[in-house]
Amino acid sequence: MSIDSVFVHKMWNDHELSKMVAGGVPFPMLSDTGGKVGTAFGVYSEEMGVETRGRFIIDPDGIIQGFEVLTPPVGRNVNESFRQVQAFQLVRQSKGTEATPSGWRPGKMTLKPGPDLVGKVWEVWKTDMAFD
Amino acid sequence: MAEEIKVGCARPTGGLVGAEEEKQATPGETQTAKGKELKTMIQVGKQAPDFTSPAYHKGNFVSVKLSEYLGKWVLLCFYPGDFTFV
Repeated sequence: MSIDSVFVHKMWNDHELSKMVAGGVPFPMLSDTGGKVGTAFGVYSEEMGVETRGRFIIDPDGIIQGFEVLTPPVGRNVNESFRQVQAFQLVRQSKGTEATPSGWRPGKMTLKPGPDLVGKVWEVWKTDMAFD
Repeated sequence: MAEEIKVGCARPTGGLVGAEEEKQATPGETQTAKGKELKTMIQVGKQAPDFTSPAYHKGNFVSVKLSEYLGKWVLLCFYPGDFTFV
């Protein structure tokens, strides 16, 4: 979503993005001319007149589970967004009985918070697990 | 899911669902206060504000409503503009 019109979205997709991704952008390119939606999400900059790089993870109930906002010159890490979605999906599937510690990615161990784990995380989770 | 929209000379715009009624109900100062309030509404664990938005999707101009995606995981991404570099 950006403040560009759908016409400009079409031009960008057809003339540039489709040359990077076969078949073009697979998801809807949303237009927010006027920045109303961006304002509601807190990412519209009145000063610059554009939307900053906000990324929101919204769960199947419409609840915002996480967001990240960057100023324009730094691009995001798509893998990190996917990792977070996978972590939220796991937590949701476990109905909140499991939690994903720092550095978790699919296949790594999860934690089961409860009275027995208090003060014992150091026994099961090592610092190097925070890194890839 | 997404409804196709007719394209005229006016650039189609979307907006927040329910925002129009709110505007009519609260004139003047309170309106700006409401707008400011909206800015701080975003919190993790809280409902995302619903909106409709015109979109370009695989060759068609369509209208997208966030609440139509209930039941799915959504990644909503904002960016400064088309043809920006990163």
